[in-house]
Amino acid sequence: MTTGEETCVMCHLCKLADMQENLRSDWGDLRRRHGGMADESLFDFLHMEIVSHIYKEQQSGKEEMDNKDRAVCVSVLESMGFRVGQGLIERLTRDSPSFKDELDVMKFVCKDFWTKVFRRQVDNLRTNHQGTYVLQDNTFSLLTQLSNGKQYLDQAPKYLAFSCGIVRGALSNLGLDSVVTAEVSVMPSCKFQVVVQKL
Amino acid sequence: MQSRNEWRRMKGRREGASNSELFTLTYGALVTQLCKDYENDEEVNKQLDKMGYNIGVRLIEDFLARSSIGRCQDFRETADVIAKVAFKMYLGITPSVTNWSPAGDEFSLILENNPLVDFVELPDNHSTLVYSSLLCGVLRGALEMVQMAVDVRFAQDTLRGDSVTEIRMKFIKRIEENLPAGDE
Repeated sequence: MTTGEETCVMCHLCKLADMQENLRSDWGDLRRRHGGMADESLFDFLHMEIVSHIYKEQQSGKEEMDNKDRAVCVSVLESMGFRVGQGLIERLTRDSPSFKDELDVMKFVCKDFWTKVFRRQVDNLRTNHQGTYVLQDNTFSLLTQLSNGKQYLDQAPKYLAFSCGIVRGALSNLGLDSVVTAEVSVMPSCKFQVVVQKL
Repeated sequence: MQSRNEWRRMKGRREGASNSELFTLTYGALVTQLCKDYENDEEVNKQLDKMGYNIGVRLIEDFLARSSIGRCQDFRETADVIAKVAFKMYLGITPSVTNWSPAGDEFSLILENNPLVDFVELPDNHSTLVYSSLLCGVLRGALEMVQMAVDVRFAQDTLRGDSVTEIRMKFIKRIEENLPAGDE
């Protein structure tokens, strides 16, 4: 679908074949390195508890949280995610060749990286070819437990801060400085906006 | 709602492997953050344990739903279920159950390798940090939800130079299920 400056660059047909290949190679890699493999639910439980802890700690003693408190929480979660994103991309790109351009990096993030971290590929990637990208994931794995629709919509930002950090951390190690934000209108569908910072 | 969760679990079993690093790196980021937020290792250990407890009380439902394990007859059976089913399901390892106390109320779980500590090294100024304290809390919280009060601690830790990681679990008492208000 093209609309003026924006173009959709994901090819849905080649997604499935790529995904099978990624899963096979990820599995082999992990088994070689250590015998134990953590179940996916462990991350979900841990992430929810981390969010809960950060907000509880920030609120402690106060009746209510104000916007400044919330901003601190989001910032802490985002920077935790940043470190994780850096670590994840490091392991994923150890044996990979370098990328030919910025779009190539973004496609890698949407396919290989997203599959490794969020268990699926990005459904839709849009760009204005001037450094802004919108990544749409219609079944974002960190939101599926929250609700299906509009319930708890106001809670969604708490649960997206860490993921935004992960994406920003990954891009940072791939040579792209960026600002990453996320927006949800209907759960569990989510749009990540990446604005690559030019020097 | 039910079928969506089932679908997720099915997806998880097929693709779960790729998320192991996400979990261990996230745990590492948490420990790092807590070390920044709290003044000493003891406090960090406590926080990790508390968070583990909060996770445990929810994780038990997930475990019971996925494993179809019935009520354990005694503490020995509980030990086996923890080592052979729970640890296998969530961490992909099967610790051995050893060092039973004569009274049968205390045992050790020996982990040859601990997935939480992959690629982790403790910096010198954190010698009393029990990195995997979250696990103790998870076990305690989960068992409390099935009416068992237990004490869980690390007796040995590979991160602190021991050859294995040993978790010591002690049965304290059975927790009575809450009676409905009318019966008081």
